[in-house]
Amino acid sequence: MSDEHDHTDLDALGTRLDKARQAPIDPTRVEKDNNNEKGNALSLAFRVGVELISAVAIGTAIGWGLDSWLDTRPWLMLVFIILGGAAGVMNVYRMASGFGYAVGYQKNNHDAGNNPKSGGDKRKTDIG
Amino acid sequence: MQIGDIDVSFTNSSAFMVACVLLVSTFLIFGMRRSALVPGRWQSVVELSYIFIANLLKDTVGSQGRPYFPFIFTVFMFVLFGNLLGMMPYGFTFTSHIVVTFTMALFVFLGVTVIAVAKHKMHFFSFFMPPGVPMYMAPLLIPIEIISYLSRPISLSVRLFANMLAGHTLMKVFAGFIIALGAAGVAPWAFVVALTGLEIVIAFLQAFVFTILTCLYLNDALHLH
Repeated sequence: MSDEHDHTDLDALGTRLDKARQAPIDPTRVEKDNNNEKGNALSLAFRVGVELISAVAIGTAIGWGLDSWLDTRPWLMLVFIILGGAAGVMNVYRMASGFGYAVGYQKNNHDAGNNPKSGGDKRKTDIG
Repeated sequence: MQIGDIDVSFTNSSAFMVACVLLVSTFLIFGMRRSALVPGRWQSVVELSYIFIANLLKDTVGSQGRPYFPFIFTVFMFVLFGNLLGMMPYGFTFTSHIVVTFTMALFVFLGVTVIAVAKHKMHFFSFFMPPGVPMYMAPLLIPIEIISYLSRPISLSVRLFANMLAGHTLMKVFAGFIIALGAAGVAPWAFVVALTGLEIVIAFLQAFVFTILTCLYLNDALHLH
């Protein structure tokens, strides 16, 4: 067995290792994608519902709390129910248009400062 | 059991949470006991779960999220084992209780808010007033943004709770039909078998979703826009 032979073997092994490293080794990733395809519509619908309801609930709770504090029942609650509905619709809009869960209007916090047009949005909008 | 006005009974829920913590600790500590260079099956699973969460954190938060890895990993393992414990016969799913999930979501929310305020000081409150919005929109927009921010723990907890509750209730209702229907019980039985598989997938998926949402909130806190 000559030295040269060893070298070519090692080189071949090196290239194979490099290839293997570049390939996605995460087995859960494949499973996740499958789930997304199947359960996507249903989970999206569920999330839209949860976002809408929770925003309205929070709005109502704030309004009710302010009302009992300021003795203005029921006016502030009425105002805050509407604001909560608006917040819910805004959450859903953000979710659907790929803003993810960020409060604010920039798509991606990492890239936003550098290149807002590239829209390199890594946030998953289609999870659970 | 009562301490002051607070009921502190050791409930089913508490028992299964303790069991969950013990199981996770056993799983991780004994899995890594030998910490061989070439891992065995058990050790591979432990390492895989570590790498999975580490990658998730790296992808969503970046390198700044590293100090929070232990917390994220704990949340993931706790929720995952809680979901899976509920799949055992006679098991109790503590994640199907809004009190439990909401408490977890509340702590995530408070922690993330404290991190954001500590890191950005007063600049944190620019969170509620996006740049480039005309001043006259502020009275309308700020309450909406605050409500939207406060609704996070609710949507985080309700998602986990509702998924676990709905799935497990459905399974138990259908399991009840098996005996009641006698010979025709084969149909609900087949359904329950299929549903068990689905529920296990959902157990993983919801633990993953809870974790990734925690990561996203953490990301917002660390890199304010």
